[in-house]
Amino acid sequence: MIVGDSKPLEEILEMIEGKDRVLVLGCRGCVTVCNVGGEKEVGILATALRIARKMRGLPGHIEERTLERQCDPEYIEELADAAEGYDAIVSIACGVGPQFVAERFPAARVYPGINTTFIGGALEHGVWSERCQSCGNCLVHHFGGLCPIARCSKSLMNGPCGGSANKKCEISPEVDCVWHLIVEKMEAMGRLEELERVWPVKNWITSRDGGPRRRVREDLKQ
Amino acid sequence: MKAGSNLEKVLKAGHFAVTGELGPPRGNNAEEVRHKAHFLKGVVDSVNITDNQTAVVRMASWAACKILIDEGLEPNYQMVCRDRNRIALQSDILGATALGIKNVLCLSGDHQRFGDHPEGKNVYDLDSVQLITVFKKMRDEGKFLNDKELDGAPGVFIGAAANPFADPFDFRVTRLAKKIAAGADFIQTQCIYNLPKFREYMKRAVDKGLHEKCAILAGITPLKSVGMAKYMAKFVPGMDVPEELVKRLQGVDKKAQGDEGIKIAIEMIQEIRETMPGVAGVHVMAIEWEHRAKEIVEGAGLLPRPVVD
Repeated sequence: MIVGDSKPLEEILEMIEGKDRVLVLGCRGCVTVCNVGGEKEVGILATALRIARKMRGLPGHIEERTLERQCDPEYIEELADAAEGYDAIVSIACGVGPQFVAERFPAARVYPGINTTFIGGALEHGVWSERCQSCGNCLVHHFGGLCPIARCSKSLMNGPCGGSANKKCEISPEVDCVWHLIVEKMEAMGRLEELERVWPVKNWITSRDGGPRRRVREDLKQ
Repeated sequence: MKAGSNLEKVLKAGHFAVTGELGPPRGNNAEEVRHKAHFLKGVVDSVNITDNQTAVVRMASWAACKILIDEGLEPNYQMVCRDRNRIALQSDILGATALGIKNVLCLSGDHQRFGDHPEGKNVYDLDSVQLITVFKKMRDEGKFLNDKELDGAPGVFIGAAANPFADPFDFRVTRLAKKIAAGADFIQTQCIYNLPKFREYMKRAVDKGLHEKCAILAGITPLKSVGMAKYMAKFVPGMDVPEELVKRLQGVDKKAQGDEGIKIAIEMIQEIRETMPGVAGVHVMAIEWEHRAKEIVEGAGLLPRPVVD
């Protein structure tokens, strides 16, 4: 899923300063699963904003709404009757949400209420970890199911570098050395000799480096 | 001869090679480079010029290399993958060799989180193993990475680094073998303090015949003080400083700790040279202590340096 972090309340208050009618807009997609932008978090943020504004004696009216998804025009369309009536829309979807809302309703003032951080998964309740960098050419099966591109700080394909110590990355004891994990896993699988291969230079054109990406499926287009 | 560098000639003639290291200044002070170089002249066969080591901005390695050449020393141009993509890496090796640089050391580079610009973006388009393959292709096939012909191929003696003390230990010789398979002509190891562990590493390398394909130079850094020894042991990732070395330094007067560190370095070089098969030389990294490199090399009985035509 796409994982995000709430923006600090102060930052959001500053964004909507002087805006009378405000909509906090959630999404039932990834951000619901990672507990940052679903219906529940819409309620929490809206309440926090109301209280903060009230305590500071600021006027204003804050509404709540959550769409099925903010990355599909058909759900954005549900706002058609209301969107331009707000002075501010705070989207707490991933970075796609505020862009899709702003694109569909050109007069609306749309603000991002969360920071989109990475593509990852939940390790336990309340803990998420980055697992994919969307490089566009998945090779994890060669590395025991672990991605050296997303999970090595240097994206080395021929690791581990000389900074690997006690299973940790040189940048921080909080960061696992994924290459240590790869070596251990491949050894346990009896596949260590596969790591003797010198991996050739990677083609990053499918990655973000090749420019903004777009995908067209002729079989699905109408 | 691949590059005809002094380092290559010394190794080819079968001499026990000695390389040194020089960190460029944090400014454009060319005089500082000349000053440090002066201490290494005639002491080592070639001098590594670091490339923004520990991700701290310094004078460009290639430029400091050129200053060394003008001073009559031979540089080893260190290049890290952190700061430039495949276009810049290939361009820089062409420029460097055009200026007379003949040795290169291919590194991934310390992550920028260590340095003085931790907010920066990193590149890592290639890794160090891939960088070796690119330079080998340019030199031996006269082609860029994209197979286009070069107008003048870089004759370069290709080096790489190896850290026998990083984890996982059992995979370290495999990674060394990968660098050699990729095309490394010489290897310089990380600073060695744990001799038994290095002995085991070298034994495994020799068992695989790696020392016959590539010159392996053992990395030596003199410990200046107990403080430095403790810092290296605790805070430098992949560094293995045994407790008994720390104790040995603690056992002497504070003012004499530097001398003791030099003594330790000399003893280590002698032990490595005399008792470890497969080691082709030493890489003496007297970091910010260039003026004492001579004592170490001389003390180890490695002066004068051979002159090979």
